[in-house]
Amino acid sequence: MPLLLGTAVPRVEDERFLTGQGTYIANLDLPGVLTVTYVTSSVAHGLITGIDVEEARQAPGVVDVVTAADLDIGPIPPMNPNYPASMARPILAADRVRFVGEAIVAIVSETAAAGADAAELVVIDYEPLPAVVTIEAAETDDVVMFPEAGTNLVLRTEGGDADPESCEVSVSSVIINQRLAPCPLEGRAGASVWGDDGRLTHWSSCQGAHPVRAVFAQTYGMPVDQIRLIAPDVGGSFGSKARPTAEELLLPFLARRAGRPVRWVPSRSTDMTGLGHSRGQRQRFTIGGDRDGTMRAMRVHVDGDAGAYPALGPMLAANAATMSAGPYRFESMAWSTAAFITNSTPTVAYRGAGRPEAAALVERAVDLFAAAVGLDPAEVRRRNLVRPDQFPWTTATGVVYDSGRYEEALQRALDEVDYEGVRKEQARRRDNGNGDDGGRALGIGVTTFIDRTAGVPGSEYGAVELRADGSVLVRTGSSPYGQGHHTAWKMLVADRTGLPLDRIEVIHGDTDQVPRGGITGGSRSAQKAGSAVAEATDLLVVEAKRQAANLLEASPDDIVLDMAEGRFHVAGSPGAGAPQVTWSDLGERTVTADGPGLKCETDFDGLGPTVPFGAYVAVVEVDTETGAVEITRMVTVDDAGTILNPLLAMGQVHGGLAQGIGQGLFEEWRFDDDGNPLTANFSDYAFISAADLPSFESYLVETPSPNNPLGFKGIAESGTIGGPPVLQSAVLDALAPLGVRHIDFPLTPERVWEAIQEARRS
Amino acid sequence: MAEFPVSVTVNGQARRGTVEARKTLADWLRDDCNLTGTHLGCEHGVCGACTVIMDGVAVRSCLVFAVQADGSEVTTIEGLAAEDGTLHPVQDAFQKCHGLQCGFCTPGFIVSVASFLEEHPNPDDTEIREGLSGNICRCTGYQGILQAVKMAAETMQSA
Repeated sequence: MPLLLGTAVPRVEDERFLTGQGTYIANLDLPGVLTVTYVTSSVAHGLITGIDVEEARQAPGVVDVVTAADLDIGPIPPMNPNYPASMARPILAADRVRFVGEAIVAIVSETAAAGADAAELVVIDYEPLPAVVTIEAAETDDVVMFPEAGTNLVLRTEGGDADPESCEVSVSSVIINQRLAPCPLEGRAGASVWGDDGRLTHWSSCQGAHPVRAVFAQTYGMPVDQIRLIAPDVGGSFGSKARPTAEELLLPFLARRAGRPVRWVPSRSTDMTGLGHSRGQRQRFTIGGDRDGTMRAMRVHVDGDAGAYPALGPMLAANAATMSAGPYRFESMAWSTAAFITNSTPTVAYRGAGRPEAAALVERAVDLFAAAVGLDPAEVRRRNLVRPDQFPWTTATGVVYDSGRYEEALQRALDEVDYEGVRKEQARRRDNGNGDDGGRALGIGVTTFIDRTAGVPGSEYGAVELRADGSVLVRTGSSPYGQGHHTAWKMLVADRTGLPLDRIEVIHGDTDQVPRGGITGGSRSAQKAGSAVAEATDLLVVEAKRQAANLLEASPDDIVLDMAEGRFHVAGSPGAGAPQVTWSDLGERTVTADGPGLKCETDFDGLGPTVPFGAYVAVVEVDTETGAVEITRMVTVDDAGTILNPLLAMGQVHGGLAQGIGQGLFEEWRFDDDGNPLTANFSDYAFISAADLPSFESYLVETPSPNNPLGFKGIAESGTIGGPPVLQSAVLDALAPLGVRHIDFPLTPERVWEAIQEARRS
Repeated sequence: MAEFPVSVTVNGQARRGTVEARKTLADWLRDDCNLTGTHLGCEHGVCGACTVIMDGVAVRSCLVFAVQADGSEVTTIEGLAAEDGTLHPVQDAFQKCHGLQCGFCTPGFIVSVASFLEEHPNPDDTEIREGLSGNICRCTGYQGILQAVKMAAETMQSA
């Protein structure tokens, strides 16, 4: 059997999804299950002066109604010990609400319809307080959302030292990285049931059963082994479901009171206001360098919008700042960050989690610097990229980059798009006064960027065991929500055992079946969980050879595993008649009533995070009368180390690109001045569709990482990192002759048109 | 609340029941017929995850009341594969072209595409993109889905 590593094996886990048999939370068959409905805050900031649930309690089909007064759990412990303790989030709001969508009352009912009817009968009285919707309003502390804390400031970080103003050329700007909603098609959802033995079984639409179990154990004061946490098929997440939200954490409490299973599947609008948002940063920078295009120093300040309760968001502002060196050789950098409470949905991770914000910052800085020194933006990037002989490279912010051939990837992207040819066409159009472009200005954007993957600390578990029928069972600590782990892990096992893919089974996402596991996030799975599976399989083969040696009465050193046949024989005697041992022979002999005899497990950590690289070039045409942007070319070159399966890798690139283009051109979460969401459904939130996208021209180059044996890096976030800045760069390039200096994300027709009008006026 | 009788042929099988007037076809299929492959992504007619074919037309079952489906023939994702389990060409192409990741939007896409290809057996890229624009997918960037539609069109043409 030829090596599967690096080949485009179609996914083997697809059939249940294709035929409507996916096990999403709403699809689980849970006999006697009750429905949970939350009544949430309709005001962004206010005091709760009354909660009347009596009528709801009497409504048909209602089993239970719960408010904060009934709870003996919560608040949710803060994620970071440096957050003010008084900012911990209660499970249900008691006397004050801090964002529209914050849960106040839980209704447990026989049916969803009964719950919806009863929710209408709940009366909540508010004394409204001024809403703080923006970073600008929050940082003044004129209105403080947590009086005990006395400030809206959650976290401040700083470091480094730089003086870009002393360089020959320096440029400053303030730019916005807008608030986004992650929008997985399946929202947060969960179900709980207590066993007669006092054990809790909880199903969670999440990114990893074990870390979610830990939060439940902490919330309920239970040992983890008293909780069986199951992550069934999960309908997307993109970082947003790494930790359970308050509404999900309450489900075991509700199930215990009802003495029956409960399930919560929020409506789309409830999920869009309750599931964490992300991005939401204001970024200031000053970049300095030489007139020849050498970039030397940069100072950045990032302000982050934490939302109403601090979750991961404040740390993402810090992450964005320290990652903003990008792929460039800055000699010095200084950074500072601050994150503030606002009356809005709390911010969490969303695909890229700090690196898209970092790339947007530094790429805008590089474009401004290139314009200031009068050099081509691609050329300025080329001159400042970290060179292949400089790895491991430590940035001026202290981040270590493992490997890469950045210039090669950039050149590939420029070649694929015919950069010189497109620039010539642009010059031709401009030379004749754009007389023949039909009012469509041609722009070219270039972006070079890095990611940092497997940055979430901790090892990942992998185990393989031989079953009696000679098939192999894999237990993986990493829990997929669309990435294709089952196919990928089977390829790794097949390449080591000679077994066909259909003789390998993968189990994930059940804490009773897998002893340990982390989250699937930060593009860590292939590197950590994949490496663990590969390493455990290597150990299994060593053990299998020892057993085969006994059967064949030979030394283990002389046993050969014939990969084509998946059989063991003695070296030098591979012929048909020679004695052989199959995996089935070993399975039959080793599996006993006590379980498998051949079983190997490992916890893989690796030597550290890896740093993938990307070079993207976008060609756009901007209609100068309507502001509409059409992407005519989107050329991407990604280097994520060794590629396990290019079909899956491209799927990740494409999906990330769609979300990155969404941030670049369409998506923005909006509130009115009172903190009311204006985009809390799929009609009003500019969700990208097939008609909005071109065909991508995506390529891969492979520079293996030294940090894990197979050389993997993560690739799932590249498109959300490179996508937004390359489009901003392209649109601003198109509009530069009109005098347009800057347009913040998203570059919607409205914003582009307004920028053109403003430039024409001045 | 008053209930009304409904009788619908679902995937070739006669189904009868009584429903409140406000019950959607999607909820009836999921709750009363136990056909949970029809997914609810938004319940306001944007995402298309709940798409089913009703009397030959692709509809969003979250925007159709069960009583409106009375007397009709409905095909859901569960009814597309052959009885022996052979996948419909659209299902097969989605798998081969990596047209799905998390799988939540997939039933709606497959049903929509199966219906689309009945009307547009030989679509060009622009027609495909427009045909797909009633369904949204957050995972794939639509690239694999576009390829799958092309592959399925070829397969169905040559069949």
